[in-house]
Amino acid sequence: MSAPLALTLLGGAVIVGAVAAALTGPFPITVAQFFDAVAQRFGDQPSGADPRIDTILFSIRLPRIAAALLVGAALAGAGTVYQGLFRNPLVSPDILGVSSGAGLGAAIGIFLSLPVFAIQGLAFAFGLGTVALVYLVATAVRGHEPTLVLVLSGVVLGALAGACISLLKILADPYDQLPAITFWLLGSLASVRVSDVAGAAPAVLIGLIPLVLLRWRMNLMALGDEEAAALGIDPGRLRVLFVAAATLMTAGVVAIAGVIGWVGLVMPHIARLLVGPNFHRLLPTAMLMGAGFLLLVDTIARTMTTTETPLGILTAFVGAPVFIWLLASGRRSW
Amino acid sequence: MEDAGHWKIGLPLLILCSLLVVPVAWAETRTVTDSAGRTVEVPETITRVYAAGPPASILLYIVAPETLTGWPRAPKREERPYIAEPYRDLPATGRLTGRGDTANLERVLDTRPDLILDFGSVRDTYISLANAVQGQTGIPYLLIDGRFENTPAALRLVAEILGVPERGERLARYVEQTFAELDAALAEIPESDRPRVYLARGPDGLETGLKGSINTEIIERAGGRNVADPGPGSERRGIVKTSIEQLIVSDPDTIVTWDPNFFSLIWSDPLWAGITAVRRERVYLSPIAPFGWIDRPPSVNRIMGLKWLAGLFYPERFGEDLRTETRAFYKLFYHVDLDDEELDRLIAWAEGQPGD
Repeated sequence: MSAPLALTLLGGAVIVGAVAAALTGPFPITVAQFFDAVAQRFGDQPSGADPRIDTILFSIRLPRIAAALLVGAALAGAGTVYQGLFRNPLVSPDILGVSSGAGLGAAIGIFLSLPVFAIQGLAFAFGLGTVALVYLVATAVRGHEPTLVLVLSGVVLGALAGACISLLKILADPYDQLPAITFWLLGSLASVRVSDVAGAAPAVLIGLIPLVLLRWRMNLMALGDEEAAALGIDPGRLRVLFVAAATLMTAGVVAIAGVIGWVGLVMPHIARLLVGPNFHRLLPTAMLMGAGFLLLVDTIARTMTTTETPLGILTAFVGAPVFIWLLASGRRSW
Repeated sequence: MEDAGHWKIGLPLLILCSLLVVPVAWAETRTVTDSAGRTVEVPETITRVYAAGPPASILLYIVAPETLTGWPRAPKREERPYIAEPYRDLPATGRLTGRGDTANLERVLDTRPDLILDFGSVRDTYISLANAVQGQTGIPYLLIDGRFENTPAALRLVAEILGVPERGERLARYVEQTFAELDAALAEIPESDRPRVYLARGPDGLETGLKGSINTEIIERAGGRNVADPGPGSERRGIVKTSIEQLIVSDPDTIVTWDPNFFSLIWSDPLWAGITAVRRERVYLSPIAPFGWIDRPPSVNRIMGLKWLAGLFYPERFGEDLRTETRAFYKLFYHVDLDDEELDRLIAWAEGQPGD
C-alpha cells in the first residue's frame, strides 16, 4: 500500500473511531444529544439539556479519548524508534527500563499515600531517571557493542526496579495500598482528566520534535553504527538524542496511564508490514495505528462490564497472538 | 565405685529429666473443630497465639490480647495511642495469609506459639495452607470464618479456645445486640428507601468492592445498598476499578472512604460535583485508628463502623451519641480508656478532619 493512502485511511479510521467512542459508554448519549452538546459548547445558546451530558462528554469521555490516542501514539512511536535504534524487532519502549522505573515511582507514591498528581510526578521522574541511570551505567561499562551493553543495562536495572516494586508490594498495606499498586501496574485510563492530558501532551510533543526533524538520520542509524559513521553522522550522539526523545514520550504517557504493554511492540511491526521500514513513513503510520488501537482497547475496557478492565490485560490478549503470528510469518526487515 | 558414682549423678538427672518431660507428655489436649470443619488437637491452656494475618490479629487482640505474640506489621504512629500500652509495642511478626506471605516459618516457630489462628474467608486455598503449616510446624492451626454475620460465633469460639469464655460471651452479646437493633430498625425500611452507597478506595477513589465482597459487607449490614452491584447471578467479587462515568450513571447518594487525599479533593473536583452524594454533602471519611472502622482489614473492627454508618445512613433512627458509643467500644473491644483529646481526634476524623 502506498504510504499517503495508508495514512489517509488510518487517519480517517481514527477520527471515525473517536466519534464512535464519544457516543459509547455507560451513560446513554444519543447522536442528537451529542451534536446539541457540541453546538452549545461552541455556540452561545443557553444550555437546556441535562448538564450531566456536558460533563460526561467534555470532562470525561473526550479527555479519555484524547488520552487513549495520545498514549497509543506515544507508545507506538517510541517503540518504532527503539526498534530502529537497536535494529531489533523484539524491542519495546520499556527495553531500557522506563516502565519499570515509572512503576517504581508510582509504587513509592502509593506506598507513601501521596495524592494522585504526586504519584504521577514520581512515576514520570523515576521513568526518566531509570533510563538516565541505564545510560550512565552503559557509558561507564564501555563495551565493544554499545547497543548491546545499553540493552543489557536496561534489562538489569529494569529487573532491579521490578524487585523494588515487589518489595514495596510486600511492605504495602494489603487492604489498601496493594490493590492500588496492582491496578496502576496493569494500566488504566479510568481516572484520566483534562489536566492529565495537558500534562502528558507536552512531554510527547517535545519528544516528537527531534524524531520528526531527524527522521532521515534515523534510517541511517538502522544501518548500524559503522555504516552510519561512514556516512558522516555521529551514531553515539544521535542515539542519546533518540533514546532521550523516545523515553520522554513513554515516561510522559506511562505517568498518566500506568504500564501498558504490547502497543509499542506490536504496532511498529504491523506498520512496517504496511508501509515498509522507511522511518519517514513508518513513524506516522505506527503512531496512528497505536492511537487507533489503544482507542479501541480503551473503549472495550470501559464498556465491556460495569467495572473497568485493566488495559494491560486487554493489550496482552490482543498483542500476544498477533505477535506470535508476526514471528511465524517470518518478516525480518526493520 | 565407678558405677555407683554414675548412679549418684545419673538418678537425680533422670528424675530431673522426667520432671521436665512429664508435664509436656501429660499436658492435656482437647479437640477443637474450626470453621472449615477441621478437627485440631490444641493444648488445654493456650498462652501464646500467632495471628496468621491482620484480621486474626485484631480478633485476638480483642478477645485475649495477652496471647498475641506480635502484629503482622508494627502499629503506626497514629494508631499507637488507640492500642493498649503493652500491646502497642509487640513486635512485627509478618503474615502467613491475607495477600502475600511475609512470615518466615522459622520465625513463627521462634515465637513459640501454642496455636496459629487465621480469621477470614474459609476457602480451599486457606484450608490447604492451614494443613500445610500445621503439618510442617506441628503447631495446631485454626481457621475461623471471618464473614460479618459470623462475628458473634467467632468471638465465642475463639474465647472458648483461649479459656476466656465470659469475655467472648460479653463481646458476642454486644455484637448481637448491635445486629438486633439494626435489624429491628431496618425491618421497617423498604429496600427502595435505603441509601445507595459507594465505597471509594484508592488515591483517586475509583477502586471499590463489588457487592457481596467481604470488603463491602458492612454497607448492606448497616442498611445501605452498594451501587457496585454486578447484578443478580453474578459470581464476581472483590476489589475492582471503576470509572467516573460509571459513577455518574450509578449516582450514589452516599460515599464512604478512608483515603484522606481523595476525601479532601472530592469537594472541589468538577467531575464529582454532579454526583448526588457530593451535592448533598454526604461523603464521609472513616477513621482508621487503630484499625479501620468499615474495613481495612475486614475483622471485628467493623463493628465500630457499623454503628457509625447506621447513624450516617439513618440519623433519625440511630441518633445515639457517637462520643459515648466510641468511648464504650474502644474500652470494651480495644482495652483503652480514651482521654478527651484522643476521643476528640477520632470524632473530628469521623467528621472529616483527619488531622495530620
